[in-house]
Amino acid sequence: MSELAGKPQGATQNIPQADVSRFAFSGKGAGIADIRSLTPEDKERLLMSGVDLDMAGRGGSYLQVDDKSVHCDTCDPNVEILDITEALRRYDGLPEYFWNAVKPDQDDFTRMAAREQLQGGYFMRAKAGMKIAEPVQSCLFIKGEAVAQNVHNIIVVEEGAELHVITGCATAHDQQSALHLGISEFYVKKGGKLTFTMIHNWGEKVMVRPRTVGVVEEDGEFQSNYVLLKPVESVQSYPSIYLNGPRAVARFNSVIVAPTGSLVDTGNRIYLNAPETRGEIISRTITTGGKIIARGHIIGSHVPAKGHLECKGLILGNGIIHAIPELEGTVSGVELSHEAAVGKIAQEEIEYLMARGLDEDEATSTIVRGFLNVEIMGLPEKLRQTIDKTIQESEKDMF
Amino acid sequence: MLLIEDLRVSIDGQEVLKGVSLEIKEGETFILFGPNGSGKTSLLMTLMGFANYTVTGGKITFRGHDITHAPIYERAKLGIGMSFQRPPTIHGLKTRHLVSMCAHHRQRDVDVEALARKVNFDQFLERDINAGFSGGEIKRSELLQLMAQKPSLLLFDEPESGVDLENMALIGNTVRELLNGSQEPKPDQSMKDLRAKRETSGLIITHTGYILDYIHADRGQVLHKGVLCCQANPRVILEHIGKFGYKECVRCLN
Repeated sequence: MSELAGKPQGATQNIPQADVSRFAFSGKGAGIADIRSLTPEDKERLLMSGVDLDMAGRGGSYLQVDDKSVHCDTCDPNVEILDITEALRRYDGLPEYFWNAVKPDQDDFTRMAAREQLQGGYFMRAKAGMKIAEPVQSCLFIKGEAVAQNVHNIIVVEEGAELHVITGCATAHDQQSALHLGISEFYVKKGGKLTFTMIHNWGEKVMVRPRTVGVVEEDGEFQSNYVLLKPVESVQSYPSIYLNGPRAVARFNSVIVAPTGSLVDTGNRIYLNAPETRGEIISRTITTGGKIIARGHIIGSHVPAKGHLECKGLILGNGIIHAIPELEGTVSGVELSHEAAVGKIAQEEIEYLMARGLDEDEATSTIVRGFLNVEIMGLPEKLRQTIDKTIQESEKDMF
Repeated sequence: MLLIEDLRVSIDGQEVLKGVSLEIKEGETFILFGPNGSGKTSLLMTLMGFANYTVTGGKITFRGHDITHAPIYERAKLGIGMSFQRPPTIHGLKTRHLVSMCAHHRQRDVDVEALARKVNFDQFLERDINAGFSGGEIKRSELLQLMAQKPSLLLFDEPESGVDLENMALIGNTVRELLNGSQEPKPDQSMKDLRAKRETSGLIITHTGYILDYIHADRGQVLHKGVLCCQANPRVILEHIGKFGYKECVRCLN
């Protein structure tokens, strides 16, 4: 893992330093013992984040409120789900995984996460050769006021295993301000496949600083789906994936909407660290008044290797989209490409649909949904419908 | 069906239609000829209601409604349907979805799959609309959308452009079916009777006239520099243009 150190990590120049002194890292939790005792409004917010409280169609669940794990079990014997504290105890501190892909000295937030008391998070492991049929869900919910959540998640997909993790991150509907620090480390072993779907559903005064690094071995596959449709004070993240074995593949799909007041600085990075690796980063962003910095960075250091980056942004209203696609080839023969566009909806497309009988709003909405193209993520039907519904609701701010 | 009276249209201040008057009756198919840049496409775009085409004078009446300044979708709902020559790609919008929306907005319930098979397009239903479609594929996609809409006035800009011979027969026959309904002779009705019952009208632009091998065109006229002239049987006009070019039309105008 020595190659992790010294590489460029998440840039922070465009985001204000979070004033973290107003948040408490412990003792201010809402003290919910059972997630099923949440108010209907809070349950609705969790549902919108892809969390199914009936656990229907899920291979297992990890649910956390503020700083406490409230539910953790698995319905599938081939996937292990533990509270991170329990996993550290049971597996002698998880030396192979804990703070291994993410380095504590990466930036201020990783230092803070390493320094402060650990407040939960999960350890998930799909056993070798096992394809876990139902997605496993995790939920990180913030209910208390001025709470800082400091979680550490580890996902291990053993050789030849397959796992889909759906993570819903949300705050209570009446929740005011919060800070979410989340360290996530992914390890996809030889021939394994991990799909990681994250739906963010924060509040207007919530600062979010996830730090995510994953390592994929030969013939392994990693796919990330990220959905952020609701207001947030600020998100700053730059998940990075190292394709360290031959033929490993990584794919990132992001769908981001920033209403007025939201500041979203997010991107994805893929290191093509072995021959015949492939990486693809696709982001679709819409601002309806907020600021989005859409980054992407593919580093090709072995051949043959292919990387493609596509960031497309629509400005509806007065927001800002700053697309920063970066390609870095360090060896001859590497194939990297990108396609970036920031603009508005073409009048020609609206009129085409109007000629089929759609009024202007219907036409615009149809184009926006096509643009966001959630279908590409291949999500379970119910979750896709939930996301569609959320997009529909946020459309009233769009035009 | 359609009544155009002294229609004047400008694009960016430039007058492209200079007082066009035309009536197309129920069940009638009208062919519009004219050299490049004469205003044919502008006339179709104006009838559909596109924003760039500013009506500066005259009136368009469709089935008794004054639609001179009506929004595009109202015209579509009233029954005007148009085949686009270069339709835009809309990423993330599946052809299947668009076809079902076409039917929905005309209060119709259609079997998208069955309709698509008719124009040999069922393999394309999951594709994003117009993304990487060839010339012939665009035509079939446009026809499929029109079949779902079932308009009572069909506007068609160069049905034969970019189409190979094999596809031409498919497209020609489909256009005929859209215009006439099914035209098989029946024991109790002669072809003539059937033709008299036609309700769908057409306004078709053609340069080559290939489409005339497939449809029954009633009348034709030449549009030249924004003015209509030379009304005749479309076959006669086509033959005339083939022999003498559009020069004769100019003479007739003068």
